[in-house]
Amino acid sequence: MEKKLVIAGFGGQGVMLAGELLAEAGKEEEKYVTFLPSYGPEMRGGTANCHVIVSDNPIASPIIANPEAAIIMNLPSLDKFEPLMEEDGILILNKTLIPKEVQRKDVRVLSIDALTIAKELGNEKVTNLILLGAYVTVEKTVSLETVKNALKVFLTGKKEKLIPINEKALDKGAEIAKEFLGEK
Amino acid sequence: MGEKILMKGAEVIAEAAIRAGCMAFFGYPITPQNETPEYFSRRMPQLGRVFLQAESEVAAINMVYGAACTGTRVITTSSSPGISLMQEGFSYIANSNVPCVVVNAMRGGPGLGDIAPAQADYFQATKGGGHGDYHSIVIAPHTIQEEADLMFDAFDLADKYRIMVVVLVDGLMGQMMEPVEFKDWVDVKKFKTPEWATVGQGDRDHRNIITSLSILAEGLEKMNLHLQEKYRKIKENEVRYEEYKMDDAEYAVTAFGTVARISKTTVDMARKKGIKLGLIRPITLWPFPTEIINKRAEQLKFFLDSEMNEGQMLEDVKLAVNGKKPVYFFGKLGGVVPTAEDILKEVEKHIEGGK
Repeated sequence: MEKKLVIAGFGGQGVMLAGELLAEAGKEEEKYVTFLPSYGPEMRGGTANCHVIVSDNPIASPIIANPEAAIIMNLPSLDKFEPLMEEDGILILNKTLIPKEVQRKDVRVLSIDALTIAKELGNEKVTNLILLGAYVTVEKTVSLETVKNALKVFLTGKKEKLIPINEKALDKGAEIAKEFLGEK
Repeated sequence: MGEKILMKGAEVIAEAAIRAGCMAFFGYPITPQNETPEYFSRRMPQLGRVFLQAESEVAAINMVYGAACTGTRVITTSSSPGISLMQEGFSYIANSNVPCVVVNAMRGGPGLGDIAPAQADYFQATKGGGHGDYHSIVIAPHTIQEEADLMFDAFDLADKYRIMVVVLVDGLMGQMMEPVEFKDWVDVKKFKTPEWATVGQGDRDHRNIITSLSILAEGLEKMNLHLQEKYRKIKENEVRYEEYKMDDAEYAVTAFGTVARISKTTVDMARKKGIKLGLIRPITLWPFPTEIINKRAEQLKFFLDSEMNEGQMLEDVKLAVNGKKPVYFFGKLGGVVPTAEDILKEVEKHIEGGK
């Protein structure tokens, strides 16, 4: 098994945290993992992205030229990554901020009104985890439970109280993904 | 060895150096490696060791020089423009025969350049960089785990040969995260002050003097010959490289660091298509693995050297191949990182051209 994911959005949307969380979960399941962030001036207000690979075998290149899966959190990121997607790859979109249809017919699209749902849950900052919950449910890269466990590594001290709402966000995303997969 | 920790490359450098017994850090901040000094600044005081942010790179390398003269395990870390500023110090350190470790997280150049990953400081690191006939041992890890392991070797080699060891990485390796397992802590209580160290005469019957100066040419010639003898021993004993799928290879990529890692994917992709491609990856860039490359030239149709520069290691590969087979080049400049697909396309182009 080797799963390659790109996560892209505005700086501040939790792109990096979602990626690190998946990487940590992969590590906890004793898999090989690489987490490669974009870095530099584009992080301040512009788009940010990260490449995460989770594999049963040692990972050679940490760079994903053609993603088989992508979590896209804003419109500029869709414009950037849609043309790069591998055939039959999956785009998981934050529909709230992407008022546009995907043009390509050879990719799967799971479009989630994630920001709206996050607000309903009581914290718009968990948009990223709704999408991540959906991703792991569709791609089965790691189990949802491991991702929840990994939250403890990142949300410590004052942030510890945010764990339940983040877990809820992961569950919500998973639920939507199951409907998408026709499992519900 | 302990459990695996998910860590950023730039922090792994600091943690590995600390475990390897590094007692002092001197440096000046520069992107994309600021997480390294930041990590040192937190951990060194906890352990009663030295962290000092100098007023400039020039000051920092001379502080390293001073600490190295006492036989203390010492490090500085920087990125390309900062490393350029340190060259005078490197040259003094070389002719003074003192041990230290320098990490260069290379970024795009020349000049102020950018903060994206690059490999364009290969010449500077392996051919001297500062003035005079000198070398540093240059090691180039290609994964974060290897980076963690090689930091220990860097300090050991520095002490063994009383030489500066450069760990050459790039911005990408500094910023990416991977699970790593660290080697056990070196017991610093067991360190003994070397007999050549300038730590005060004490009850020794002579004064130790460390200098890179000899006004008389004959004296300086002697110092140079001593250096050359040391370099000869290092070339004989310390060459390291990795071969990947080379046994039956008909074509080989040569690459180091990040590009070598990417090239492993290229090799796997080529193999799936039935192309017998392998990879030779120098781990020590100086001393360079000349022999194995020369030997492999016999079985290969061509080499493709790939780097994030305009073809620097290429010259050493060509010297090693010595005209036996064609050596092609594929590079990206200014901080652009090649993909595995890019490199494969280049290999296929030359196979096609050779038909």
